Amino acid sequence: MAALLKVRNLKTQFRTEGGLVKAVDGISYHVDEQEIIGLVGESGCGKSVSQLSTLQLIPNPPGEVVDGEVIFEGKDLLKFGANGEKMRSVRGGKISMIFQEPMTSLNPVLTVGEQLVEMLELHLKMPRQAAEKRAVELLEMVGIPDASARIDNYPHQFSGGMRQRIMIAMAISCNPKLVIADEPTTAVDVTTQAQLLELMKDMVRRFNVSLIIVTHNLGVVARYAQRIYVMYAGRIIESGTSKDIFIDSYHPYTVGLLKSVPRLDEQRGKKLVPISGLPPNLVNMPDICAFRPRCPYATQCPGEGYPELRQISDQHFVACHIDFQGKSREFYAK
Amino acid sequence: MNSMLNDILLEAKNLKMYFPMTKGLLKRKVADVKAVDGVSFKIKRGETLGLVGESGCGKTTVGRCLLRLYNPTAGQIYFEGEDISKLPANKIRPLRRKMQLIFQDPYGSLDPRQSAGSIVGEPLLIHHLVKTNSYGDYRRRVSELFATVGLDPSMVGRYPHEFSGGQRQRIGIARALSCDPSFIICDEPISALDVSIQAQIINLLQELQEKLGLTYLFIAHDLSVVRHISNRVAVMYLGHIVEITNWRELYDNPLHPYTKALLSAVPIPDPVVESSRERIVLKGDVPSPINPPPGCNFHPRCPIAIPDCRQAIPPLRFISADHEVACIRV
Repeated sequence: MAALLKVRNLKTQFRTEGGLVKAVDGISYHVDEQEIIGLVGESGCGKSVSQLSTLQLIPNPPGEVVDGEVIFEGKDLLKFGANGEKMRSVRGGKISMIFQEPMTSLNPVLTVGEQLVEMLELHLKMPRQAAEKRAVELLEMVGIPDASARIDNYPHQFSGGMRQRIMIAMAISCNPKLVIADEPTTAVDVTTQAQLLELMKDMVRRFNVSLIIVTHNLGVVARYAQRIYVMYAGRIIESGTSKDIFIDSYHPYTVGLLKSVPRLDEQRGKKLVPISGLPPNLVNMPDICAFRPRCPYATQCPGEGYPELRQISDQHFVACHIDFQGKSREFYAK
Repeated sequence: MNSMLNDILLEAKNLKMYFPMTKGLLKRKVADVKAVDGVSFKIKRGETLGLVGESGCGKTTVGRCLLRLYNPTAGQIYFEGEDISKLPANKIRPLRRKMQLIFQDPYGSLDPRQSAGSIVGEPLLIHHLVKTNSYGDYRRRVSELFATVGLDPSMVGRYPHEFSGGQRQRIGIARALSCDPSFIICDEPISALDVSIQAQIINLLQELQEKLGLTYLFIAHDLSVVRHISNRVAVMYLGHIVEITNWRELYDNPLHPYTKALLSAVPIPDPVVESSRERIVLKGDVPSPINPPPGCNFHPRCPIAIPDCRQAIPPLRFISADHEVACIRV
């Protein structure tokens, strides 16, 4: 299948008082058409920054995309001026984004109808009346009851789940090719989370869009994503199909993450195996494997310098110096 | 050990907490927010009762009522056999020595201008657990508490902002342990932490329970965590407990339709298991506790509701020795 989005060696840095922060340090990934991708990592690993970078939404200063290319439909988005017309037509049009907190990403002083209509007028050049009709349709599609009346409501008049539905309606309103959902369900309850994820999956099928789900919740991506990228300290440390990541996980960090969350279907009696230590501070990181201080295999680790991603099976890539020959779970099994 | 387990440490009977909604200059009462509306449960000594539910279901309010941080509208709370629900304020303080609380937000729950050592040591002074003139005892006890929760005792002089989220939560735990309580309410103690740190805190709480014989009420919204740490689990929906059972039954044999939906909504990080799981997606949102639906308040979203469900609030009834459910359809 053809790749819709291809990101190569993306690097984003922030100049801070403490020093240079390499928030995203050379990541490459691709998204195929109609594919659901999971981008997983803990807070501060650079997963959100990488997505904002591709859309050129990083405030400069202090941040800057220093290297890399973002090929979308054959063109490098980073070559477009950040606020130029071309970039603006991609952003919100061809690529749209759903943010974590719907209350802060919706404008509180405009009705949801006005916000939807504005997008349709701007990107699709729809006349006002047609846009209003379309806005009602969109709200119906995402399951807002009584949409024709509620279109004149303000964001605060909706519940958290409803607001996120409105965000989804806005995201798909201009027939995008790619939707980036940044922690779309972190602010809502589990039953609402299930509703929203099912809705998004449905949207992928109905509108032929691709979806990137950025999240810290491994369970969410296990259920919905076809391929998964795991990030740690600004780099992708493992990628592969959902089966590669969850069943044949290789990198000690991925394995550690899986072993440190209790599973609903576990047989109890086993203690959780936490990952020792803390996520690293990204200021002036040395050029070694960032997981090394926390890695249970650090003593066996032969390599110096940063381990590059290497292929271990068809779609499965991992950045680890150690050759486990499929035995990386051993430590955690004890 | 067995006789200890059968001993009830805490019991809530028909606990209700209504918050009045007022209007106008004279604060005329116009309605009640029925945050907790008739909740009953028992917690045995040495066990962990998990309390799960979605935001706004009243789980935190239950915890706060038990500590008498709120004065409950109705109902009784028995702690070590004594009804504490109507004790006057001056009798409550000595009681709080035995009942402590660990908060969700490790940033908001520590005074930024107090050193970590003084945060942990303050309860010792308030409850006169060390002699006021013996600074040595105080210092020793604080260092001991730091070591107990896995913090380096040399860090007593540092301030909260110098610690990471996980370490701050450890300070909060040390503070709760300082006055040697028998009962601790853990209110979402890991929700604000990074995934890789959560397991450290869960393990610490379990180790402390074994070592010190603590009893926990573990309040959280994450069913897999609650199931992992609890002996028994109570599921709350809109001010009511809809099901109480042990951790094993909860997953193997959930009965209430809400519990089933909640379980099915929790994703399992395993694509093979996931692909074969039944998925129940509830319709709509949780209704407002100001004006809850008549009868069983889950009926508007319930996939198996019948007209009778609108008639009366179903009481909790025993299905088996260790399994109670509030639903007329099971």
